[in-house]
Amino acid sequence: MRLGLLIDLDMCVGCHACAVACKEWNTGATTGPLSDYQPYGAKPSGVWFNRIRHYEVGEYPNNKTINFPMSCLHCKDAECVTVCPTGASWKRPEDGIVLVDQEKCMGCNLCAWACPYGARELDEESGTMKKCTLCVDRIYDEAIPVEQRQPACVIVCPTHARYFGDYDDPNSEVSKISRERGGYALMPELGYNPTNQYLPQRVRAPIPTAELPKAKGSLTDSLKHWVNKMIER
Amino acid sequence: MKSSFSIIFFTVSSGAGFGAFILLALFNVFALDLNLNEILIDGGIALALIVAGLISSTLHLANPRNAWKAFNRFRTSWLSREGVFAVLFFPPALIFLGGLFYYNGQRLWWTDLAGLLAAVLGLATLFSTGMIYASLKPIRQWHNPLVPAIYLLLGFASGGVILNAVRAWFGDDSQTITALTLFFLLTAAMIKTIYFFWIGNPAGPTINTATGFTRAQVRLLDTGHSHGTFLTDEFGRHLARHYSFWLRAAMFVLVFFMPGGFLIAWYTGADWLFALGAAIVIFPGLMLERWLFFIEAQHVVNLYHGQQRT
Repeated sequence: MRLGLLIDLDMCVGCHACAVACKEWNTGATTGPLSDYQPYGAKPSGVWFNRIRHYEVGEYPNNKTINFPMSCLHCKDAECVTVCPTGASWKRPEDGIVLVDQEKCMGCNLCAWACPYGARELDEESGTMKKCTLCVDRIYDEAIPVEQRQPACVIVCPTHARYFGDYDDPNSEVSKISRERGGYALMPELGYNPTNQYLPQRVRAPIPTAELPKAKGSLTDSLKHWVNKMIER
Repeated sequence: MKSSFSIIFFTVSSGAGFGAFILLALFNVFALDLNLNEILIDGGIALALIVAGLISSTLHLANPRNAWKAFNRFRTSWLSREGVFAVLFFPPALIFLGGLFYYNGQRLWWTDLAGLLAAVLGLATLFSTGMIYASLKPIRQWHNPLVPAIYLLLGFASGGVILNAVRAWFGDDSQTITALTLFFLLTAAMIKTIYFFWIGNPAGPTINTATGFTRAQVRLLDTGHSHGTFLTDEFGRHLARHYSFWLRAAMFVLVFFMPGGFLIAWYTGADWLFALGAAIVIFPGLMLERWLFFIEAQHVVNLYHGQQRT
């Protein structure tokens, strides 16, 4: 079983709901509370497992804004596991989830250096490295209903841009959608074989936003246009 | 890449210490007419440098309570291997020095053997330290066979400079030691120059392959956080190009030109203080070399923060 996420870059609107849900769930989860540094201060920062970055592809007016959520990709050949000297960083053989054992980690940062995707962060309060756990404490929790046994980020996404499933099962939702839409891995040339995949943009005609047709010139149109402008102010 | 002073000090100090010890063990086996006091002083300085370096290396840990667990993953982790070899080094090293001290400089087969064993373990430790950096694929400037090669050569060069200074203080002639040290300095300088040219060309992943948008130019619009994160703090340090050239030049002067010049000057008849000067001036140079090694390394995660290529 190779559990992972499938993230649809065509649907993601960059609302950061997944980041907030992850932060909230992990406030009390296996790795303990995620520290915030100066949350109400001058330079708020903190430990987040899921980060959404926003890119622009192409040149205006043929450009597109893409919202790019990234968390641990639970790579098949995870070098972060290889380089860890204490054995704190480990990959579960049954489902392929990469975890950090908080009892063993000494906070040397070597796994963060080995991760090309920036999945691991040092929590200065505990002195250990923390990362996305694929909600391992949630997906196997018998006490909650079956439909909620998914990672918090997948459940909360308002545009259903995130999927969760078993990539080793060719009939699972993630495998099928990835095949149909052409899912790809990030930086495959580094040889990490990330499990999480991303779905590219669908091919569709661009929506023109500039040069909208002007009001026809009839009196009602001009009146409506004027009223709208007044209300905006 | 962010570098901590404790790591820079550790690599410089233990590099010089292991280099000095390995050379000392080899000189002893090949009977280079070192007197006993000189051997003991050399060995003492080497061990002091190694111990200081190893203690310093534990200071950069965020959770040092678990530091003892770092010996666990010898099979896969270079950091683990470095720790194991560094600890295994001490018994034969102490047997070597202790045996020579106790038997008053008389060379016995088992002190020679202990010395050679310590030299091999020291070599393994130096190599493992270099490999910690060279094994990291996301850092192009480090994922390079020249990195452990330079680390070994600089270790031998700095160790040789120390042995030279001690020899000069004793007032003895030391053709072999000086020649060997100059050779290591020259080779290290050449390989470091090759290294700078080698990492000068951008290669590897770009922001296009990192994000998967290969059809057009990709630009970062918003990084998703208003202030810094662990990633920007750890990996987001850059050095402006116009500083880079002058700092590299200063490093070459302090590590190669000045020590080399001082050693040649001392060898051709100048005061012994020149040999001491070589040893004094090479250490800030090596600290600068390590600092440059860190700051010029660009981790691939910077691509996700808007850098076009590393």
